[in-house]
Amino acid sequence: MGSADRTRRAAFRFDADLRDALALSAAVGVVGVSFGALAPAAGLTPLTTMAMSVLVFAGGAQLLVTGVLAAGGGLVAAVVAGLVLNLRHLPFGLALAGTIGRGPSRFLGAHVVTDESTAFVLARSGDPARARRAFWTLGTIKFACWQAGTALGLLLGASIPDPSVFGLDAAFPAALLAMLVPMLRRVDARRVGGAAAVVALVASPFAPAGVPVLAGLLGVGAAGRGRRVRRVLRSRSRVSGGGS
Amino acid sequence: MTWTALLVLAGGTYLLRLAPLLLHDRFELSPRTVRVVELAAVALLVALAATGTWFEGDRFAGWARPAGVAVAALAVWRKVPFVLVVVLAAGTTAGLRLLGVA
Repeated sequence: MGSADRTRRAAFRFDADLRDALALSAAVGVVGVSFGALAPAAGLTPLTTMAMSVLVFAGGAQLLVTGVLAAGGGLVAAVVAGLVLNLRHLPFGLALAGTIGRGPSRFLGAHVVTDESTAFVLARSGDPARARRAFWTLGTIKFACWQAGTALGLLLGASIPDPSVFGLDAAFPAALLAMLVPMLRRVDARRVGGAAAVVALVASPFAPAGVPVLAGLLGVGAAGRGRRVRRVLRSRSRVSGGGS
Repeated sequence: MTWTALLVLAGGTYLLRLAPLLLHDRFELSPRTVRVVELAAVALLVALAATGTWFEGDRFAGWARPAGVAVAALAVWRKVPFVLVVVLAAGTTAGLRLLGVA
């Protein structure tokens, strides 16, 4: 393969990644509009609403916190709920650390670690340079869309329709699913994912927000069994004189 | 929302995101640990997708949403491009709601 060919192929992949990042960010922007429109009902001023989008930059936590406040919950309860929901960023950060690297840019990169960026990067982990570029592309565009969406929501106010009218609540799980597919090619990942889904779904009606997803971590325990089974099978085939 | 509460939430969230990146400076993770961390991320993302498909908070989200995600899953299986997968999911759910399906 010539180097011109390689460059062309890399450019093609970047275009595809850029397009995917734009699609995700557009959906994120629309949710931002609804956040900006709903936040004043929870007693937030336009300035604190904007500051929250810039400084927290975690849609799920922002909507949860304003939801708790709007429902008359206490400030401490709201903040604790938001932080519990964001605990999942710890393992996400560990999974992304190699991609983000050790330079000073990681202090900026940390701020744009999200569910989508984790899935986006892990889906491209076979090509580290591409994964790194995909992380920053999505991070930058998504951040811009979230701020623009929040600002637009504040301007439009309560006149905008609920985002569920556009089916956006189905778009996010669907996007995650599409990004997870390359990762789920491995047997251990499939086993872990299956167990995590079962645990999280069973916990959902009972546990407070964010906890069912964290409980999904128990699914990692399902990875080991296969390895042991395979080892047993391999040792058996060795005993019977078979190859690996 | 007071500024104190906002800054606690923002600072806490940032630390949750930064800590693992700084931790990575001090330890060279073994390939085995890297794999476990990747599996942990997969577990959380699948759990997010699963709960996001079926639940709104602690309540069933209604049939329109899982139906949209099911159409998206079918599209993923048929190797439909990502952008179209997202549009199909939102379109299906929005269309069903328009027809009166919760």
